[in-house]
Amino acid sequence: MEKKKMATSCDIDVHGIARIEGEGALHVHIDDGELKNVELEIFEPPRFFEAFLRGRGFEEPPDITARICGICPVAYQMSACLAIEDACSVQVRDEIQTLRRLLYCGEWIQSHVLHVFLLHAPDFFGLEDAVELAKINKSAVERGLFMKKMGNKLMEVVGGRAIHPVNVRVGGFYSAPSKGDLQDLVEDLKKALDYAIWAVEWVAAFDFPDINTSYPLVSLVHDTLYPIDYGTVASTEGFNVSPKEFLDRIVEEHVARSSALHAKLDGETPYLTGPMARFNLNYDRLTPIAKQCAEASGIERDCRNPFKTIIMRSLEVVVAFEEALRIIDNYVAPDPSYEQVLPRSGIGYGATEAPRGTIVHRYELGKDGLIKEAQIVPPTSQNQAAIEEDLKNVIANNMDLDQEQLTNYCETAVRNHDPCISCSAHFLDVDIKR
Amino acid sequence: MGKAKLAVWKFASCDGCQLSILDCEDELLAIADAVEIANFTEMTRKVIDGPYDISLVEGSITTADDAQRIVEIRKNSAVIVAIGACATAGGIQALRNYADIDEYVSAVYAHPEYISTLATSRSISDFIKVDLELHGCPVNKEHLIELVAASLAGRKPRIPQYSVCEECKLRGNVCVVVAENMPCLGPVTSAGCGALCPAVKRGCYGCFGPMQKANTTSLAIRLKENGADEDKLHRMFKTFNATKFEKEFSS
Ligand code: SF4
Repeated sequence: MEKKKMATSCDIDVHGIARIEGEGALHVHIDDGELKNVELEIFEPPRFFEAFLRGRGFEEPPDITARICGICPVAYQMSACLAIEDACSVQVRDEIQTLRRLLYCGEWIQSHVLHVFLLHAPDFFGLEDAVELAKINKSAVERGLFMKKMGNKLMEVVGGRAIHPVNVRVGGFYSAPSKGDLQDLVEDLKKALDYAIWAVEWVAAFDFPDINTSYPLVSLVHDTLYPIDYGTVASTEGFNVSPKEFLDRIVEEHVARSSALHAKLDGETPYLTGPMARFNLNYDRLTPIAKQCAEASGIERDCRNPFKTIIMRSLEVVVAFEEALRIIDNYVAPDPSYEQVLPRSGIGYGATEAPRGTIVHRYELGKDGLIKEAQIVPPTSQNQAAIEEDLKNVIANNMDLDQEQLTNYCETAVRNHDPCISCSAHFLDVDIKR
Repeated sequence: MGKAKLAVWKFASCDGCQLSILDCEDELLAIADAVEIANFTEMTRKVIDGPYDISLVEGSITTADDAQRIVEIRKNSAVIVAIGACATAGGIQALRNYADIDEYVSAVYAHPEYISTLATSRSISDFIKVDLELHGCPVNKEHLIELVAASLAGRKPRIPQYSVCEECKLRGNVCVVVAENMPCLGPVTSAGCGALCPAVKRGCYGCFGPMQKANTTSLAIRLKENGADEDKLHRMFKTFNATKFEKEFSS
């Protein structure tokens, strides 16, 4: 980037950061060449899900918590189902869990492609949005839109609707799609997979600033699969624990500027979940074609450059298409399509990988099947402290840029993590310090 | 005459309704060509000042600042369309209207003093004159395009005015109340989704809100006769469009 004049003392205030989900603002204060303060503010009005879930039926969280976020409703539905089934000591059959994974692949695709093509890529061309991008590279945007549409198609066929799927229930699905319905998608999914392979190459050739990060990375891990629909929680610090133990280790702090809380490991360390964490902790679990794409792209397997999350997201789109095709190929409709879940008093935990990172739900049920206590920890509230670390890093390395360039740079640094502010504003329990 | 200026505004919501616009993959570039997208933060950094020909408003009003912001948007917009259950009924977050808001704040936040919120979540039309409403949680994206196209052309939008029950019959679903004895809000819920739930053997849960002149009382009696649990029925009405179904759960 061509450098203009020095910004020795300035305030950067971006009210309403564009091309992110929800309403967030950014405040940076630089005084005499020294960075004094960085704040990512979340000013979405709170919606109090955790409060009104109390007293609701144990079968309701998949539908209710989906409404926390229109971009990743399946993540909420899946973590909610796992947590409630855990409380009721039910484990669903493999065929049901696999169908959940297929639905989740659809969500990863539509959410990641939305971010890569419509929200993030324009930054690398210095453009305002994807419409402008289409003016200089229409076929790229059209390919992106086609992939996104296929993600949504998968969600419609498996989930009954792309935004807030209706077919998910505690225990499984109301109905299982037929093999034929899924096979009808195969040809287009293969075409989309080709586009996804191309997309990795396309984004890998973007110009990336050289920035490195050192905070711990946290993601689910699984013996054989790239983590999406379940797993244990591992970190680059070396722990590998159950969702319950993980929740015990994070402390959420309520800061003045936010209707979201900052989650920190053991109450002090910022950490990051999401594509960069999953990629680092699960490189060996990448699906075969995604592995080849990763190697061809030249990305290091322990890449810590948050600007390169666009490559990792694109690789995960390849993973999701490959997985979808594999699952459809082996698919036998689960019959019955759900397990009977009888409520009982107890506490349950569920963790899955939302497109933006690990999402953990915890429910305490009474024996009448009503919810006594709910806790939901979405990725963005976990990532917020790490995003601020990135901002400090970017600013410290670019003090010599002018105000406008530095502002754009900071906005991109926020968008690197695809924060979903709708998600993060709506919860956070208070008393989890133990 | 230049292109019509379209703005999209967000209040308390999940972003799902505005995402419906970005989910129009086949039409998105054509839409961006046909209208000038003058304000849509989720999609673009570009901000063009008003006045706007059409403003789509997602989300409910839950803070004093937002109550002012919507008045400004009204002044700046020729046509205002409220989209989705949040904007037309207060959304799921309107469950606070039936609870103690201070207790809610302190149940969720360590420092209630940092949080500014109204005691209720209200629809857009509770604050300003709204020209058109589109129901659903989320809205149907085809209907959203039809509505924008119609209002720019100055004609009446073709949006179904009947119930989910009728849509369900048109689709050829087997009735889940008759066949499976499931509670279903289809007979009293606005059409628009295409009867998605009965198609997967599940009762409608009313996310499109009540149709006009819905006979909910007789439905509730029928469902209770079928053995539906009264508390469960109340909760069904008291979810995504609670403010529009108040009398069904306050009995
Ligand atoms: S109406 Fe439903 S889908 Fe639309 S913004 Fe509100 S919660 Fe989201």
